[in-house]
Amino acid sequence: MTTETLFLIPQKAGQAMVRIEFEGETLRVPDGISVAAALLSSSRGALRTSIVKGTPRAPYCMMGVCFECLVEIDGIPARQGCMTLVRDGMIIKRQSGAPSLDGLASGGKNGK
Amino acid sequence: MPEYARWTRDAVGQWGGFHQELLDRTGVDSGLVQKGGFWLGFSEEEVQKRADLLAKIDREAGGIPFRMMEASEIRQYLPDIGPKVVGGSWGAQDGMANPLFLLRALHSGLKKAGADIISGIDVAAIEHNAAKGRFTARSGDGQGWTSDRIVVAAGLGVGELASQVGIHAPTVTTRGQVLITERLKPFMDYPTNKARQTAEGSVQIGSTTEDVGLDDGTTVEKIEWLARRAVDTFPALANARLVRAWGALRPLTPDGYPIYQESGTCPGAFAVVCHSGVTLAAIHANVIGPWMGGLTDAPPDVVPFNGKRFLDKNARFVRDH
Ligand SMILES: Cc1cc2nc3c(=O)[nH]c(=O)nc-3n(C[C@H](O)[C@H](O)[C@H](O)COP(=O)(O)OP(=O)(O)OC[C@H]3O[C@@H](n4cnc5c(N)ncnc54)[C@H](O)[C@@H]3O)c2cc1C
Ligand code: FES
Repeated sequence: MTTETLFLIPQKAGQAMVRIEFEGETLRVPDGISVAAALLSSSRGALRTSIVKGTPRAPYCMMGVCFECLVEIDGIPARQGCMTLVRDGMIIKRQSGAPSLDGLASGGKNGK
Repeated sequence: MPEYARWTRDAVGQWGGFHQELLDRTGVDSGLVQKGGFWLGFSEEEVQKRADLLAKIDREAGGIPFRMMEASEIRQYLPDIGPKVVGGSWGAQDGMANPLFLLRALHSGLKKAGADIISGIDVAAIEHNAAKGRFTARSGDGQGWTSDRIVVAAGLGVGELASQVGIHAPTVTTRGQVLITERLKPFMDYPTNKARQTAEGSVQIGSTTEDVGLDDGTTVEKIEWLARRAVDTFPALANARLVRAWGALRPLTPDGYPIYQESGTCPGAFAVVCHSGVTLAAIHANVIGPWMGGLTDAPPDVVPFNGKRFLDKNARFVRDH
């Protein structure tokens, strides 16, 4: 199986680039694209695990409908990568399962 | 109507076995969780009214136990309720199921039993051949399906079709708007009257009860009201993202109670109108289905649910849904 990315973003001369951090690794990606596009074209594989069965998932619809592209962005969990544009200095992490709400008295006691 | 409370109580009692039967026959899990539920109130007055209502229902129907609780006691079960909740009731028989999986299980069970499910058809008329005792459901484009029995269970479409086989089954409707959050780690162990969390983690917030005819849209005003009420109930929800809002119409009768009826003039034709189709699913499958399908006699408990009650010109009807 190829490990090359199947997604290519055409590089234009003079294209402005930004640096984002994904799971501790710095990536240089074109400005003006979505987080999901940036990570797909950087071949970063699954971005989240599903909530019910914990299976790996990656962006699918790229238009805000399927919620397969959820990632943690700058500390905020479960953001839609396809609906968020990259920004210089952005810190992104994989989303593992469902997010827990802040300020729960139960402390998300049931959370796994 | 005490008969309705008893009918509901019996349906809830049969749900566990029904869930298991669906699972065994189809492998589809209806998502039934029956470990009780809470009604939560924001004022002492509201809580007292609730206590009076539940006492009356239990007195009239019997076997519908409940317990009133102070907020501090409720917090032992639902630690995340906010300070605006002053008290509420606990119903041991309350529960929840996933209506989409229920529908899928029913369809799958029917197909396995050899039934054909034909969808996407608008039935425009029912023809009755009295001499042969046969009914034909006729679609707008002229197709027909003929049988010696017909059950009109078309939700808000029942009234018009049932009248063609001599059944008076008036329908009215109220709209319910609902909000859905992103999927969250479980924090609500029990369903409440203001929000519940599904097995997959979404919190369903709702619903409204609005008299707006056939408009099933959503409104900013009600979405705001629902969101505010949910945050008053569970303050942590202020941080949750909403992913959907939707509106839908409840198929109701003028007094809110169901209609289950065989036609007096066209024997073999039946009508059903019911706004608690999920709660009552087990008794519909176990009692109503076999009766309307011709396997059993009319169950005596359904007599009060005849649509004739709406023919009384002097009667006035109120409903709380
Ligand atoms: C916001 C909201 C919350 C609810 N909460 C609950 C709850 O907590 N518990 C509960 O038990 N119930 C609840 N309900 C009610 C429940 O959804 C209904 O009782 C149930 O859907 C009724 O099922 P039904 O099959 O009788 O009618 P419907 O679900 O309305 O189905 C009727 C079907 O007939 C079709 N039809 C109509 N006319 C024709 C025609 N001429 N030809 C062919 N097909 C036709 C319609 O398209 C529809 O598919 C709620 C409803 C709403 C809106
Ligand atoms: S890829 Fe479908 S919502 Fe983002």
